[in-house]
Parts: sequence; structure tokens; C-alpha cells
Amino acid sequence: MTRFLLGLLLSVALGSACAQNTSSQDKRRSGFEDMGATTQAMQKDDALNPGMLWVQDGEALWKQPAGASGKACISCHAAAQSSMRGVAARYPAFDASLGRPITLGQRINQCRQQHQQAAPLRPESQDLLGLESYVALQSRGLPLAPPEDARLEPYRQRGQQLFMQRMGQLNLSCAQCHDGLPGKRLAGNVIPEAHPTGYPVYRLEWQAMGSLQRRLRGCMSGIRAEPFAYGAQELVELELYLAARAKGMAMEAPGVRP
Amino acid sequence: MARTLINAPASARRGEVVEIRATIGHPMETGFRAGEDGKVLPRNIIQTFSCRYNGELVFSAELFSAVSANPYIAFHTVATDSGTLVLSWEGDNGFSQTESLQLTVTA
Repeated sequence: MTRFLLGLLLSVALGSACAQNTSSQDKRRSGFEDMGATTQAMQKDDALNPGMLWVQDGEALWKQPAGASGKACISCHAAAQSSMRGVAARYPAFDASLGRPITLGQRINQCRQQHQQAAPLRPESQDLLGLESYVALQSRGLPLAPPEDARLEPYRQRGQQLFMQRMGQLNLSCAQCHDGLPGKRLAGNVIPEAHPTGYPVYRLEWQAMGSLQRRLRGCMSGIRAEPFAYGAQELVELELYLAARAKGMAMEAPGVRP
Repeated sequence: MARTLINAPASARRGEVVEIRATIGHPMETGFRAGEDGKVLPRNIIQTFSCRYNGELVFSAELFSAVSANPYIAFHTVATDSGTLVLSWEGDNGFSQTESLQLTVTA
């Protein structure tokens, strides 16, 4: 029995190690590894993963002309399978025209406004999450590769400061839980290490797809802080820091989380 | 048009038990929740799901408010003859969605 259990544990550990970590030295754990077997199965099987419903939306929107230009994403970018491979793994990235970092969602909206002459999509709308998940899917399995861009450095540092900064009525910082107590429990839930490998994710609690910013805002209201608005510079900076922290971990989007 | 994810084998041997798994994108609004304006959101759920295999009802289910959004239903049937499986979902506000899939049965 013990031997059987040990074998079982070993195979589970090996299975998840192969799925997540590129090197055996890497001690970082994706939230995927803390989920139950059924939720893991839901993420791994595209026929079960409800995030694929949003991917379908994104795929349709990719081909659908929008705005005054009459162009679709596909008109310039061709097939997303090749042109978008690895793109989501590099965001947030520095935008030279704005002189600041932007997220993948903001990049999609920028493209809509500048090249399609279409109205930007509302943050967390079904259409924007659809496009984000379709683009993110093309990077599945690739390592997170935040750009080595010196211009991003001050923003990344501010993101790190925000991560360490106590806030809200509970006076907690992100780091206190996610650096200090990962693997322990907050009420019934395992505290993850907060690696943004699976975003946008289908969260069972939301019964819907949501962005990393929605997740960050959820954590902020959890510590009774006033959440930053969608698209706020602070959230982009936090995303930048989290991406740097998870550099090299495998992308899982569209992820499923409890 | 709702979005669906359907997973079923395209072919099977006669007498084989096949599994059909279907997810549909639907809010499944319970009718008990309040919206941002404080008013109760009207119920909007899928009420029935059924699967007909060459016209014969092989599986059906009733869904209620407690079922979460984007319901996933998995069931089994025995492959008897080649033909069509018709999956249909019906619900509030005249919601109706039908998806057909072909199953080829070999001897």
C-alpha cells in the first residue's frame, strides 16, 4: 500500500513537473499544481476546458472585419497560429508611442483603434477576453519571456514595490501571502505563489473567464483595499513584476482555476 | 447562437459504449441574484437537455437554478447504427440550441 501510494505520488509529481517546469532545479510552482485532480483534468482537456468557449469567440473575431478600415486581425497578422506564437508570453511590453508599458489587452485595443479604426473593447468584455485567450493560446507551453527592455525596468521596480507594499484595512502586502506563505491555507484555499502563467483564466468561482487584472483587483478587495481601476498604471506595473518573477515558467492559457 | 464544445468519437464498433461530452456557453442566471442596481435579475437558465440518436431519445436531463454557468454534461450511449446524434438545449426566453454530429458504426 505504501509503495503504491509512493508510486502514485511520484507519478503525480513527475506529471506536473513535466507540465510546468522546464528545469528540475526550478522550485517555483504554478497554481495548477495546487489544484484538485478534477480541476487539473478540466484544464488539460480542451474538450472540457470552458476557456475554449472564449477561444472560439476570439477565433471568430480574429477573422471578422471591424471598424471603418474594414480590416480584420487576420488581414494584417495572417494566421494567429504562427504570427501570434509567443506573443502573449512577452506581455506587458513597452510601447514606444505611448512611452509606457501596456498589457496584451491594451495592445489589442490599440490595434483596434489605430489600424482597424474601431472602438476599443471594454475591459473584461467577452470580446476582449476572447481575443486575449485566442492570442494567449498560441503561446501555450512556451516559457514566459518578459522582454529584456531597459525602458521597462523602472516600471518593473515600481511593480515590485507595490507587491511588497502593505495596503488596505487588513494592512497586508501581496508578498506576505504569496512570497511568505504559499502552500499554506487561507480559509479553505491553498495560497498559490502567484505566477501569472494561465491568464486569462476560467475561474470556477467567477463561472467565467477573467484577466489577470480582475484577479489582482479581487485580491485587493480581499485585503479591503480600494482596487486600482482596470488599465491603471499600477496594475500594469504589478503584471510586469509578476511576469519577471515567473520568467521561464510554461504558459498554460487558457487556464482553469478554482 | 450559443457557443458549444462537443467531444464524441466519430466512429465506433457496433455494441460499443461511447461517451459524449458537451459544454454550452450560457449564463445560467439563477433568478435569485440582485444586479448592480439592486433589482433581482430575471431567471435565465437552460431547462432541458436531450440527445436523440437517429430520432430515438437516448439521454435527457432537466437543469435548474443551482447548475452553474456554462453547463457541462457527459453521458454514454451504445453505438447501434451509423447515423446522427442531435443534441439540443432549451431554456428560458425561448433559448434553443441544436447541434448534430455523425457517428459511423462499423461491424
